[in-house]
Amino acid sequence: MRKGIDRGSFRTYGWDGLIQILLIGNSIVMLTPIVIMFFSAFKTNAQIFQSPFSIPDFTNVKSLLRVWNETDFLLYMSNSLIVTASSIALILILGTMAAYAIARYEFRGAGFILLFFLAGLTLPLKLAIIPLFIQMRDFGLIDSRLSLIFIYVATGLPTTVFILTGFIRSLPNELEDAARMDGANEARIMWSIMLPLVRPAMVIAAIQNVVPIWNDFFFPLIFIQNNNLKTLPQGLTAFMGEFGTDWGVLFSGLTLSALPIIILYIALSRQFINGMTAGAIK
Amino acid sequence: MMSSKLTGRRLWIAALVVPPIAFMCLFLVYPILSAFAYAFYEWRGLVRGDFVWFDNFHRVLFEYPFSERTINAFKHNIFVFFALMVLQNGVGFILAYCLWRELWGARFHRIAVFLPVVLSTVIVGLLWKLFYHPLFGAVNASLRAVGLGSLAQPWLGQDSTALTAIVVANAWHMVGFPTLVFLAGMQRIPSEILDAVRMETESEWVKMSKIVWPLVAPSATVVFTLLFVGAFNWFELPFIMAGVDGNPHEATDVLGLYFYRTAFGSMSASAENFGPGSALAVLIFLFIAVVSSVITVRLRRREIQL
Repeated sequence: MRKGIDRGSFRTYGWDGLIQILLIGNSIVMLTPIVIMFFSAFKTNAQIFQSPFSIPDFTNVKSLLRVWNETDFLLYMSNSLIVTASSIALILILGTMAAYAIARYEFRGAGFILLFFLAGLTLPLKLAIIPLFIQMRDFGLIDSRLSLIFIYVATGLPTTVFILTGFIRSLPNELEDAARMDGANEARIMWSIMLPLVRPAMVIAAIQNVVPIWNDFFFPLIFIQNNNLKTLPQGLTAFMGEFGTDWGVLFSGLTLSALPIIILYIALSRQFINGMTAGAIK
Repeated sequence: MMSSKLTGRRLWIAALVVPPIAFMCLFLVYPILSAFAYAFYEWRGLVRGDFVWFDNFHRVLFEYPFSERTINAFKHNIFVFFALMVLQNGVGFILAYCLWRELWGARFHRIAVFLPVVLSTVIVGLLWKLFYHPLFGAVNASLRAVGLGSLAQPWLGQDSTALTAIVVANAWHMVGFPTLVFLAGMQRIPSEILDAVRMETESEWVKMSKIVWPLVAPSATVVFTLLFVGAFNWFELPFIMAGVDGNPHEATDVLGLYFYRTAFGSMSASAENFGPGSALAVLIFLFIAVVSSVITVRLRRREIQL
């Protein structure tokens, strides 16, 4: 008996040790590329090639300044901000409208409308890029931010409606009924009583949409040719060609592009993880 | 009085649901339906010509030079799917198990494994392209540093390693996603079940294979299906790392790249060619739709409701 316990605890410790080693090893693999990217932003070409892993002199910000001053980095960044913010705002407005109607009112077709949105979850819109291109050309939206915003809204709505409908359904009826007794109209009930309660689900839905929209490369590649309208991922590829031989500048450009989302992620990691896996976890 | 109130309610509901539905129809449903229609027409540049039945499909599947490229790309997609199944979903499952034990530092490891997931594919692709550089890249530099300099090679520059190198970059980028989906599945297993198992057996292996694996089946269904759709839609990472032609020598060509080249043109296929492009899109779409629904239905069957 005693022997069994000993062996058991040894096995547990050994097993846990192995797991700990695996986890530490994996975290090193995950973080090293990002650390090298960050370090290399402060190095010259010669330093990058001779000692890629050494800690740099962090006062050497020459490459970072070049990216800031000599490229359209800020322009691309602000374009990405405009497109992402407008898309998220529209997604939340339209998504809440649909989800609220489906979840709070009984009407014929409600189930069908929810199914309609759910079907959109799995459609790879990339494959419809030829008709989309012709459609946008007919609308005069090639080289316009609106083309991107409209597409992101259409692709973002299904998950948003899915998440918000589930959440709004779970809200209690009492508040709503009381307000109705007092003679408040439906719009007022929705706006000032129900929507404030929906905010946590809206945060999840917003985060779930922010990352793919902010990071998207495919749709700008097709619809945006004008340099003044390019988004950050798209601008980044152009700038990599331009500074192809100066690795310090290349790593600086990558670092500056990655920094906003990395900082946001570290600050809000729980919300990011919940938001981005929300569609995949029931 | 009653009826006007009823119409008012109806109007209000319509005002809520019509704008979002209109948006979806205009920018999602209509383009996808059009994609099917376009594949049956001849195209001259951006102008639609005659209805040609299945000509475009025939060209893409059976006529030189389209068919060779289609099959070559398709094989690469299959390789990508299976390789990522191991490197991404398989490793993700093991990592999820490790994190599930809640050892010291698990919170940190969880944040670290998901960090690359929030980065854009463009950043990941460009970064790994620099790492794979034959002379100055960090991959070969680390091999030389540990005395394995003889293994240093042009990872993206030779047919034998290029596709695998891109797959590895993809796995680094996305492994956090299946990890955390599996972890969420494991955390939902009721502790009574786990306690009962602990009474029965000491073997971790039995616990994993007989209890945990079947109970995280819903998570597995989701990550397998998403990986399948992702692998056959694969475009951005090979586009950034290997270029639109699937260099070198089409060794990294996949359906997404080939579709883009056919539709919008490139150095090797100069002009846009919307007919065969649309046919390819429809074929990829149908393939993904059919196989992913079969996968989902079959995997759902082994899920256990708790």
